[in-house]
Amino acid sequence: MTQLMSPRITWAVAKRVLIQVRRDHRTLAMLLLLPCILMSLLWWIFADVPGNFFDRVGPALLAMFPFFVMFLITSVTTLRERSSGTLERLLAMPMGKLDFLFGYALAFGLLAAVQSVLAVGVSVGLLDMQVQGPVWLLSLVAIADAVLGTALGLFVSAFAQTEFQAVQFMPAVVVPQMLLCGLLVPRDQMPRALEAIGDVLPLSFAVDAMQELVSTDETGQVWRNLAVVMCFVVVVLALGAVTLRRRTA
Amino acid sequence: MNPGVAAVEIAGLTVVRGTNHVLTDFDLSIDGGVTGLLGPSGCGKTTLMRAIVGVQQVAGGSVRVFGEEAGSAGLRHRIGYVTQAPSAYADLSVRENLSFFASVLGVDRDDVTRVVDEVDLHDQIDQVVGRLSGGQVSRVSLAVALLGKPDLLVLDEPTVGLDPVLRQQLWELFHRLADAGTAVFVSSHVMDEAERCDRLLLMREGTVIADGTPTEIRQRTGAGDIEDAFLRLVGERR
Repeated sequence: MTQLMSPRITWAVAKRVLIQVRRDHRTLAMLLLLPCILMSLLWWIFADVPGNFFDRVGPALLAMFPFFVMFLITSVTTLRERSSGTLERLLAMPMGKLDFLFGYALAFGLLAAVQSVLAVGVSVGLLDMQVQGPVWLLSLVAIADAVLGTALGLFVSAFAQTEFQAVQFMPAVVVPQMLLCGLLVPRDQMPRALEAIGDVLPLSFAVDAMQELVSTDETGQVWRNLAVVMCFVVVVLALGAVTLRRRTA
Repeated sequence: MNPGVAAVEIAGLTVVRGTNHVLTDFDLSIDGGVTGLLGPSGCGKTTLMRAIVGVQQVAGGSVRVFGEEAGSAGLRHRIGYVTQAPSAYADLSVRENLSFFASVLGVDRDDVTRVVDEVDLHDQIDQVVGRLSGGQVSRVSLAVALLGKPDLLVLDEPTVGLDPVLRQQLWELFHRLADAGTAVFVSSHVMDEAERCDRLLLMREGTVIADGTPTEIRQRTGAGDIEDAFLRLVGERR
């Protein structure tokens, strides 16, 4: 058996993905700037509304951007990798499946770090979002969400035969989590069945973590929720590894 | 290479795709030199090559490469594989592609320069693969397979769409590699490439219908060229 993972190969995969993104200037610009622009837009639509809506909704959106953007990007890139033959070629080489998965997770995690530092910086520095807990933890939660999005994207790309299908997994997998995470209606006010489902979806834990950071300076719950998100990441990556088959029909 | 052990030893291989039996109870042994696999598209060439590399699901039989079961981890350093559709990252340059695969294989960066020379892509090394011509992309794909000097090269139609001068250069390269001890297994559907092989396998509908040097096959069938030999062999079987 080859070893399951090697730091050299994992890093090679991550570096390659980062070079691919860097070459694509438009994608890079959108990846880094769109969250900042959308946070500003959110601030603006609440500008004339009394109350602190921006402080309530903003943090949840900081959790969602990296999640759905990385989900989409990863599912499309991985699908491309499957259909172009490069994945078949890599799997015929001494590359562990985990190298491939963690390489992607690492690359998009790093991108998410930059993305979230910018978005958090704009929200807290410019738009005056009130955060009781440590600000850097906002970014850390955002990175975990991005990695979660990447892991889910890697997993579902196995079930998509075309890029059209891959894009449709967004409303199938991501939107229900957004509806049920408690942003529109607090989860304890939803019908019991929906509350129960909402309580165990990964994005709910991420959004909870963000909202706790804003409302209190107690970080115990935040770390607990963050740990749950990371557990989801590990499970989904393991499922992703199962879908990577060296032998195909 | 381990003397006495065949590069590839296939016994009773059966591959079913959907309801179609692509290969049934297929036997084949391949040794050093340049072995050519010729046949019309759809005859099972790609399936056979994928089985040797160990990426094909098989229904039965055994495929052993250098004495080990095809696809086993120990072989992944030793086989260079060119897929039928050239596979490289379109949004990376030639150098970036090769450097990436070199680090996956754990081979030296010097090897990148060597393989670029072998496939004559020096002038394109910093160009993005997506902007190259079809023939240049297939040479990038071939260059990847040459990284790390594998003991067995499995090349699925590597010369499709190349100009004759370049094709000749690549066949010279295959022979140079074979002389240096690499077993080269190369497929083609262009009959005029047959003459360049040390050993030739003609394949049709999942069966090898002729096996020998090109000269032997021509003499045995009394044909003037391999295309004619192929037609006569198919005629005999009817």
